Amino acid sequence: MPAVEERARAALDEVYDPELDEPITDLGFVRSIEARGSELNVHLRLPTSFCSPNFAYLMASDAKDVLTALPGVERVVVQLDDHHDSDLINRGLAADAGYRGTFGSEAEKDLEELRLTFRRKAHTAAMERALTGLLRADADLAEEQLHDVTLGDLPEGRTTSALLRRRESLGLAVTPEQPVLVDDHGHPYPREEVPVRLRFARSIRISIDGNAHFCRGLLRTRYPDSGSDQAPRPQDPSTSPMEARAS
Amino acid sequence: MYSKDGENYYILDAHIALWDARAENQRNIHGKQFIDCFYDYHRNLGPESETWPYEDFLYQGGERLMKDIFTDGYVDHAIFQPAALPAFYRNNFGQTEEAFALAQKHPDKLTYNHCWDPRFGEDGLKQLREDAKRFNLKGAKLYTAEWFGDSRGWKLDDKWSYRYLEAAQELGIKNIHIHKGPTIRPLDRDAFDVADVDKVATDFTELNFVIEHCGLPRLEDFCWIATQEPNVHAGLAVAMPFIHTRPRYFAQIIGELLYWLDENRIQFSSDYAIWTPKWLVEKFVDFEIPEDMTEYPALTTEVKKKILGLNAAAMYDIEVPAELQVADPPAKAETEAVAVA
Repeated sequence: MPAVEERARAALDEVYDPELDEPITDLGFVRSIEARGSELNVHLRLPTSFCSPNFAYLMASDAKDVLTALPGVERVVVQLDDHHDSDLINRGLAADAGYRGTFGSEAEKDLEELRLTFRRKAHTAAMERALTGLLRADADLAEEQLHDVTLGDLPEGRTTSALLRRRESLGLAVTPEQPVLVDDHGHPYPREEVPVRLRFARSIRISIDGNAHFCRGLLRTRYPDSGSDQAPRPQDPSTSPMEARAS
Repeated sequence: MYSKDGENYYILDAHIALWDARAENQRNIHGKQFIDCFYDYHRNLGPESETWPYEDFLYQGGERLMKDIFTDGYVDHAIFQPAALPAFYRNNFGQTEEAFALAQKHPDKLTYNHCWDPRFGEDGLKQLREDAKRFNLKGAKLYTAEWFGDSRGWKLDDKWSYRYLEAAQELGIKNIHIHKGPTIRPLDRDAFDVADVDKVATDFTELNFVIEHCGLPRLEDFCWIATQEPNVHAGLAVAMPFIHTRPRYFAQIIGELLYWLDENRIQFSSDYAIWTPKWLVEKFVDFEIPEDMTEYPALTTEVKKKILGLNAAAMYDIEVPAELQVADPPAKAETEAVAVA
């Protein structure tokens, strides 16, 4: 069995920043992993002190959950560093107080609805990446024709597999005959709505990509050594190779 | 005024600050965290040649502001948009007296917008009436993420917020700039949700709502609202500097805004002192949408002129020399009202 630190890192690959739709490991948010016997100590860091506390809590508690589930690990301490709510969140995590137990009157219900909102956004963005990829590859393809594109029509590759993963996370079917351009519940839009729906999906994708680049850059500015911990963000269809290098 | 290739541009910087974030003014650790966050923005998104030492960033003062914005920065007129942040700074973050004195000294160059916090209830409402008169307010900057006692934020559609907006409408404070930040209570919603802007824009049709940072990090939600609400505008504070670090992303932001809103509802802002206007103006005038982004039309000189100054000048009734106007000028507020009637 690989060393505990290694298994811990692999487990943290499954913890996503809900807004940026990327694993916290790729983003460089994992500052350190230290194992002593059966005890794991993990420090997380974020791009600013004022990153939304709900997302900060979500990532930190997800991290604790996946680490606690590791065989042979008996005690897990996850600490969020340098956040305006570090003390509050770290105390809540240590006591397994849950989200509402941690934030008290600031929280009304749990975070599942918020998580769902961002899963839906991530799916919409993945859908737009796949369809814009098709449009760019075929100059004769009109936007309205995207109405008929099915999952089976998409080329194999990272963009398609990312879309399938996002569909699965929402409980949407992934069989080849399924239409690609669908709403949050998997229903296709009327043909005449395709251009405006694609357009709106694009603004969601631009938003997510932009936030990801901004947050990645800010993390490197805040923690100059964090660049080496960041994995390159997969390219979107409209990003040039030059910009990918600069990011 | 900025001139390039025979074209002259009227420049209105719609979002600037005169702040004091020096250690002696910091009330607590959050005061330091706040300015450090700004400084990281400054270092991360600006060109290296424009990066200031940390000490310079904490406080600039009026003289340096005048030089950076007007002497070096090509700006014709600028608008103060102060954030008070009394929970973080002893004598507030935005320096009201200093900024207002500077605006009185240079009325042709500076407009002072003030701020309010509806959680101050009746006392704050009374203060707002006095402030409107004293500062001759045409606009205000609302920072919904401010901390106040146990509360760490408010929403524009809160009951007390409506009372303040009603007062603003009555007092002629027409231009409401809103910074959407991680407001709390309840925490389990999207902290940057702009749904409250949608509500107030519908209920206060005489007011203009300028969403700073054009809704980033929720560009799509902002665009969706702005498409339906003609009195919602995009402020480019914090979006502008992407023109340097991520020009293709910047092209996408501008392209989306032009598509969902229109060329009359986008305003240039340096967000001084996070960035200085000089390099932003130069780069924006030179900027073109990359040719392979076929989904966006070209950014014409006329549109650039509107974004760089004419749109905000129309909103604030600031006179622009006739030779700097464009053939199809942004509608003035009065004209628009007449047209509606």
